[in-house]
Amino acid sequence: MTPIIEVRDLSHTYSRGTPFEHTAVKNMSFTVASGEFLGIIGHTGSGKSTLMQHLNGLLKPEQGDILLKGESIWKDKQSTRQARFRVGLVFQYPEYQLFEETVYKDIAFGPKNMKLKEEEIRRRVYRAAHFVGLPEDVMEKSPFELSGGQKRRVAIAGVIAMEPEVIIFDEPTAGLDPAGCQSLLDNIAQYRKETGATILMVSHSMDDVARLADRLLVLNHGSIEMLGSPAEVFRQAKRLKEIGLSVPQVTELFLRLKELGLAVDAATYTPEEALSQLLRLKGGC
Amino acid sequence: MSNIMNIAIQAGDLTFRYPSQQEGEGRPVFEDLNLQIQEGSFVAILGHNGCGKSTLAKHFNAILLPEGGSVTVFGLDTKEEDALLDIRRTVGMVFQNPDNQMVANVVEEDVAFAPENLGVPSEEIRRRVDNALKAVGMYDYRRHAPHLLSGGQKQRVAIAGVIAMKPRCIVLDEPTAMLDPHGREEVMQTILRLNREQGITVILITHHMTEAICAQRVVVMDKGRILTDGSPKEVFVQVEKLKQAGLTVPVTTELLYRLKQAGYDLPLDALSTEECAQALCNWAKA
Repeated sequence: MTPIIEVRDLSHTYSRGTPFEHTAVKNMSFTVASGEFLGIIGHTGSGKSTLMQHLNGLLKPEQGDILLKGESIWKDKQSTRQARFRVGLVFQYPEYQLFEETVYKDIAFGPKNMKLKEEEIRRRVYRAAHFVGLPEDVMEKSPFELSGGQKRRVAIAGVIAMEPEVIIFDEPTAGLDPAGCQSLLDNIAQYRKETGATILMVSHSMDDVARLADRLLVLNHGSIEMLGSPAEVFRQAKRLKEIGLSVPQVTELFLRLKELGLAVDAATYTPEEALSQLLRLKGGC
Repeated sequence: MSNIMNIAIQAGDLTFRYPSQQEGEGRPVFEDLNLQIQEGSFVAILGHNGCGKSTLAKHFNAILLPEGGSVTVFGLDTKEEDALLDIRRTVGMVFQNPDNQMVANVVEEDVAFAPENLGVPSEEIRRRVDNALKAVGMYDYRRHAPHLLSGGQKQRVAIAGVIAMKPRCIVLDEPTAMLDPHGREEVMQTILRLNREQGITVILITHHMTEAICAQRVVVMDKGRILTDGSPKEVFVQVEKLKQAGLTVPVTTELLYRLKQAGYDLPLDALSTEECAQALCNWAKA
């Protein structure tokens, strides 16, 4: 099956020819399968944002190419424009980008640009609002009256309303409290389940990506350091720390348990898995 | 009147409400809230979004003034207009987004901004800026442009900017929310060092349980009230109470709690990874 996204030998250098020349992405190649949930982790400046902005054509590759279902998004003008609708990008702190008078109008902005019919726009706006858990009675309110968490949901709904095949989230839970994080992540997981959309999520929270992602892409200084299942990645705890990252807290604990001589799997990364291992261990004695 | 000099911040019967956008009174954020913070302590304030943490923090250096009751900062009443400058100088604030806190094009000029405004003589400014940058481990970057630094580095420069005012207390409102794990670690180490080595009172508002564990005292807020208050161990063993308020507990406590529910006898207060690992090890081998 053709992967939904293929990144082919991508490189990007900022401010080329100046003293500030900086290569943010170096010879990166990977593919994302349709319907996959890919977590992207890396320290600040590892090239995450630069990579993401290439995926929907906001940045043009200096070298290499981005393919959407096997076709270059730079094939012609139309492909590039379509890529912006097919790959939705939710920036960090998207609530700062709200601007309309009402929540409804804000969510409808994207679909309107797609030149859809009024009726279709309405359907999409309500569907998107439902996915992010916004109650209907906020639709006519000003987005600026809402709480921070709700504003963020409005901004995400604006992207969902374009019904993209791929959604990229850049740290969607930053600044939310634990309950807010949990409910937003649940909404994202549910959205994926119901629509089959492909999700890419950049996060600094190892615990979040560990729980949700099928695979993790680990970036370091503009290159791919690791790409594999959470278990494969978190098994390399030492290397992750060397490149400024960490492992989920549960993994940290299990690494220590292993050092202390318990027969546990050190690549354990969710509390549920941890609990069942401990119970099994105790039961087996 | 107990020894007032030992109290950094005191909120007495504090009541506050934001002006409502609609007609009417507006919902009070707090009613009759009482809190005392000892000088030299490190206090974490937890609570979900909208519980009043940030509003409370803004009372600590007179950005907001009480509607009822009072807030005193090292004995100064925040309602006294004449005390305003002294209060702002005594309690420094650091916010979530480092990009919103940078004012200059060079790191050391940024750090010099506050003392310049306070009219500190230039030789003294030089000394304070150097010391502040050394205290946060950013001295080598003093001639750099702030916008080219990483998030953790920017946040440390923001902290240096506050330290250059020689405050007795620093209030940090989710200072690590936008940082990667390494940046978070840098900022936490800096805060801990300032508290231990310079005796600066630290008030840290956070959503990260791993950070709250580092404090001497944890105050949990819920709907404008103090839900519970004590050492991290005393607070986090109250798993049910915290969960009912929609809060989480550290992963270590969560695991121990679930094992306890499954009928095993384990201490809930083994908070750090090491303590928890030891407790689990003893249990598994018993």
